[in-house]
Amino acid sequence: MKNLLILGAGTAGTMMATHLNRKLDKKEWRITIVDQHKTHYYQPGFLFIPFDLYKEKDVIKAKTEFIPKGVTYIQERIDIIDHENNQVSLANGDSLAYDILIIATGSRIVPDEIEGLNGPGWRSNVFDFYTIEGAAALRDRLAGWEGGRFVVHLSEMPIKCPVAPLEFTFLAEAFFHKRGIRDNVQMTYVTPLSGAFTKQNCSTVLGYLLDEKGITLVPDFDVERVDEENNVIRSYEDEEVPYDLLVTVPTNMGDAVIERSGLGDDLNFVPTDIHTLQSKAQENIFVIGDATDLPSSKAGSVAHFQADVLTHNILSYIQGKEMTASFDGHANCFIESGFGKAFLIDFNYEYEPVEGTFPLPGIGPFTLLRETRINHLGKLAFRHMYWHILLRGLPMPGITTHMTKIGKKL
Amino acid sequence: MAAKVIAGTPVEVNEEGYLVDASQWNRDMATEIAREVDIQELTDDHWKVIDFLRRDAEEKGGSPTIRRLKKAGGIDTKLLYELFPGGPLKKATKIAGLPKPASCI
Repeated sequence: MKNLLILGAGTAGTMMATHLNRKLDKKEWRITIVDQHKTHYYQPGFLFIPFDLYKEKDVIKAKTEFIPKGVTYIQERIDIIDHENNQVSLANGDSLAYDILIIATGSRIVPDEIEGLNGPGWRSNVFDFYTIEGAAALRDRLAGWEGGRFVVHLSEMPIKCPVAPLEFTFLAEAFFHKRGIRDNVQMTYVTPLSGAFTKQNCSTVLGYLLDEKGITLVPDFDVERVDEENNVIRSYEDEEVPYDLLVTVPTNMGDAVIERSGLGDDLNFVPTDIHTLQSKAQENIFVIGDATDLPSSKAGSVAHFQADVLTHNILSYIQGKEMTASFDGHANCFIESGFGKAFLIDFNYEYEPVEGTFPLPGIGPFTLLRETRINHLGKLAFRHMYWHILLRGLPMPGITTHMTKIGKKL
Repeated sequence: MAAKVIAGTPVEVNEEGYLVDASQWNRDMATEIAREVDIQELTDDHWKVIDFLRRDAEEKGGSPTIRRLKKAGGIDTKLLYELFPGGPLKKATKIAGLPKPASCI
């Protein structure tokens, strides 16, 4: 028997377990997946929790619900990946040998990376919304908040779901309106980027929207520290932005096991071939989802497209054939803009987000790079699709692995 | 893309003035590019950063980060901002004849 081992049972790891369970010959291959946690979170839903639009129960299920029969699930912390000897040690002392390893250990926020962030103010007047605890704590704080200086801040790139801080800002703006306190809130969006977003087309459209909603944009802000005594964030160039309530996206890093195993870059992301998804360290190690160092978005849609490519390539690798499936950097993201509307963007390594219709050329029903109500409904419907289609490795209706150029104004 | 003469040598630069071919770079060019980005004089500290960037690009490839300069190059981040005010990585890579750091997605 040969062993295929998957590290991480999040979005990417679970999809790989499902795909390979169908494709691999079970007389020859044993599939094992390891994760230290028992809960699978619908992470895009964290965005709605601070505004009480989703409850915790809407974003939580047991990981075991999505691990297919025929795949062994081990709930244990991973100690180290001994990639020279093809084995993984677990915290309980067990050791797992592998013939093929898939790293899907994701990324996480590391508040300690910014001086002063993880101080007494953390989850009192300084919050994150990238964890369920952070999102829920923020909801409780916002419920009784009377107004003041509201600062949304992004520490450094890359981050998981790069559009999320903007969506959060737009939803917050709508939330303050609804509560009748918008006039008492000064909103500021602080980013290390030169504009509202990484992609130029998007940045223009979304930057305009910030302006329209009366939200001040502070670009090119490289945070040095959070000064909790004076309630200001300070940049390396001694700029200051004062806050009463700070919502920050701390530095995102790959899992600590990557660092312990000597497999990561400076942020613990694993150097990976951008097309084949093979690791640069060893030919029998593959990497998927947020754990990679790819210049693509860290997002569920990306992991979904990568899973198709990686499944194909692992089968080729097993057969000793050339790996011909190629990931094109495809990402597809809804961007909530508040008041029941949303944008949709679709792009890859080569092409920036443009206007058009999606997924059906000329028909839609979604409109790219424009704010519509249908796009918002698509975002809400996506939660159902995530649990029932995406995680179960079923094809998403009309949505292709590679970005299509038809129906787009390129 | 355009042709340009820097420190007496004709080179190719992109629309933002970054060298297209890092191997065309020399130290005299660095001094001249530095003036273009409002750094009048390159001190030993500046050179420490530039030399690290050049060495790292050759050995590792890829885009440098401020974190990497600190971790692998031992360059204090606060000092880096003092040396290259207004975007240290953008300026330092330009002076070092390297591509502009990739913007993350």
